[in-house]
Amino acid sequence: MSDDKALNIGQNYEQQYGFHDPEKFVFKSQKGLTRKTVEEISGMKNEPEWMLKYRLRALEIYEKKPMPVWADMSLLGQIKFDDIYYYLKPTGGEGNTNKWEDVPADIKNTFDKLGIPEAERKFLAGVTAQYESEVVYHSIHADLEKQGVIFLGMDDGLKKYPELVKKYFGTIIPAADNKFSALNSAVWSGGSFIYVPKGVKVAIPLQAYFRINAKNMGQFERTLIIADEGSSVHYIEGCTAPTYSSDSLHSAVVELVALPHAHIRYTTIQNWSKNVYNLVTKRAAAHENAIVEWLDGNLGSKLTMKYPAVYLVGRKARGEVVSVAFSGAGQHQDAGAKMVHLAPETSSTILSKSISKDGGRSTYRGLVKVYPDAENVKCSVRCDALLMDEISRSDTYPTMEIDAKKVQIGHEATVSKVGEEQLFYLMSRGLKEQEATTMVVNGFFEAFAKELPLEYAVELNRLVQLEMEGSVG
Amino acid sequence: MSTPLLEIQDLHAEIDGKEILKGISLTINKGQVHALMGPNGSGKSTLSNALLGHPKYKITQGKILFNGQDITDWKTDARARAGIFLGFQYPIAVSGVSVANFVRTAMKSCAGANFQAKEFRKEFKAAMSALGVEESFATRYVNDGFSGGEKKRLEILQMTMLKPTLAILDETDSGLDIDALKTVSEGINRLRGPELGILLITHYQRLLNYILPDVVHVFVDGKIVRSGGKELALELEAKGYAPYEKTAVTA
Repeated sequence: MSDDKALNIGQNYEQQYGFHDPEKFVFKSQKGLTRKTVEEISGMKNEPEWMLKYRLRALEIYEKKPMPVWADMSLLGQIKFDDIYYYLKPTGGEGNTNKWEDVPADIKNTFDKLGIPEAERKFLAGVTAQYESEVVYHSIHADLEKQGVIFLGMDDGLKKYPELVKKYFGTIIPAADNKFSALNSAVWSGGSFIYVPKGVKVAIPLQAYFRINAKNMGQFERTLIIADEGSSVHYIEGCTAPTYSSDSLHSAVVELVALPHAHIRYTTIQNWSKNVYNLVTKRAAAHENAIVEWLDGNLGSKLTMKYPAVYLVGRKARGEVVSVAFSGAGQHQDAGAKMVHLAPETSSTILSKSISKDGGRSTYRGLVKVYPDAENVKCSVRCDALLMDEISRSDTYPTMEIDAKKVQIGHEATVSKVGEEQLFYLMSRGLKEQEATTMVVNGFFEAFAKELPLEYAVELNRLVQLEMEGSVG
Repeated sequence: MSTPLLEIQDLHAEIDGKEILKGISLTINKGQVHALMGPNGSGKSTLSNALLGHPKYKITQGKILFNGQDITDWKTDARARAGIFLGFQYPIAVSGVSVANFVRTAMKSCAGANFQAKEFRKEFKAAMSALGVEESFATRYVNDGFSGGEKKRLEILQMTMLKPTLAILDETDSGLDIDALKTVSEGINRLRGPELGILLITHYQRLLNYILPDVVHVFVDGKIVRSGGKELALELEAKGYAPYEKTAVTA
């Protein structure tokens, strides 16, 4: 992190991301959610019967499930579910293209402004771009395609690889997992489908970008990544939305399957506008000797609730979560991680850093669970929070359920305040107030970078900076 | 007569509505070392904080002139850039910021365009070695896990590098063993010169064995109750503050 960037997050949001285009669509569902909405979505997509049934079953679950009682209901309770449009198929979303010039001009223009085509040329091996409910563009390097790598929108994935999708879809995160996974399972649309064949290493990242344009929009993408034995892949996702006075809802489900010796890194830079509820379920299964890493950066949204999980199901599997959150005025980043050790000799690391300012609120919520047969497990959790002023807030809820013997668990949590005394000290050395604050924030990240493997630190820096410069999602 | 370096005129200051400084007048000329001695709770640190414009302390009356300029309403950083340095009694930790980075940033702020990046390394190394700190000191985080002696050395290291024209040293001797006290005092003495004014704030006389003051002030209950030469410090050492505290109460 350099200079004032960390402090200026969200400052130019209006100009950079908060704009919107006129709504042009071929289909927009009625406000609110009914059985008919679900049937319409499935029908328009020409889905196989099993998927329609899956959706309708999920809808029943969703309707029965209560809201999570432990959540920040002062925000979550404000969502007007009946005012949301659960499906919007934009013009151009009828069949996605791999040529930007075939994307409708408005939409292409938006992605140009967000810098997606440029980022694609510079450092990505493939891109999917989703606008409202549908993927409007996707591409993948020819050499990866030759090696059998599949990178498609989820709807195309279901059409072209129904068996593979059926085998894994909903197996990592069942519809009944929680209220919002049920909602997603009922109305999902878009998202990415990735399959990396045995032994194939995808050296350059693949990226998805999610854009909400319409008011009161609900976006429910569904992502499934399968890394076959000994393969590796790095997937990056970014997201933004216009600033509206009424709220939008983003509720994704992301399932990762890392088969033996596979390696998946999943990076998120979430930069929704401050009227978006971001309620996402992300979970990976790591088989024997597999590695799954979640790098989760939360900058935007009104309320984010997201706890990327790794289920370590095979011996010697490894999971890592690095979570960075910024909360400003009116924001609550309720983020964290879950590590579930189901096999012996598995290991995990959770690193969480949050900054709260101008009355923003950050929560670390984490779970480490070790099942009885999982011996010789190692796990370390560290969460640090920085409060920039008296009116901001930070909470830590670390849960540990350890049912095995021979387990090494470490946990450390700190909360520091940028206090009057600290600023006075720095200013007494000639630093202006802003410079002094920046120095404290940079220091907070410096300490973080030192604890991280170098490549992580570089990666995170690069992404956060690019995000703030608006070049990549 | 030339303009005094620092002129405090009838300064009153309060914190949370409670008056701590009750009318202080004090003049320091270039090249002079003044010692301000007082018991705990007399308001010594309030004075040092108020001189640097700490936002918690409200100045209700009086003025602070620095080189003839009224700086009473200046922000802390502007005072620092004008050439005032405060050596803290309790220096604050800044995690993740290395000593070298901190000192360099401070120098850039204070020196502006005159900052010589090339000279910095050499000068910094020399200053560290003069204060008897190892090179690894430069890469440690500012005051993070420092011993009392290390913290005070860092304060003097900063003073050495920033080259202020007025240094206010608040209880620089507290928490130091005799060896550290010597090193730190020598560091301060090296900086003495015709351009530098120093205000030494201390409870004990022992620091003044190493740094000989030109003027000694006795500070009790928010006021200077007596001023004199260095012999006054010895008298205080022998008799304590009690006689003055009585005076303060009866007055």
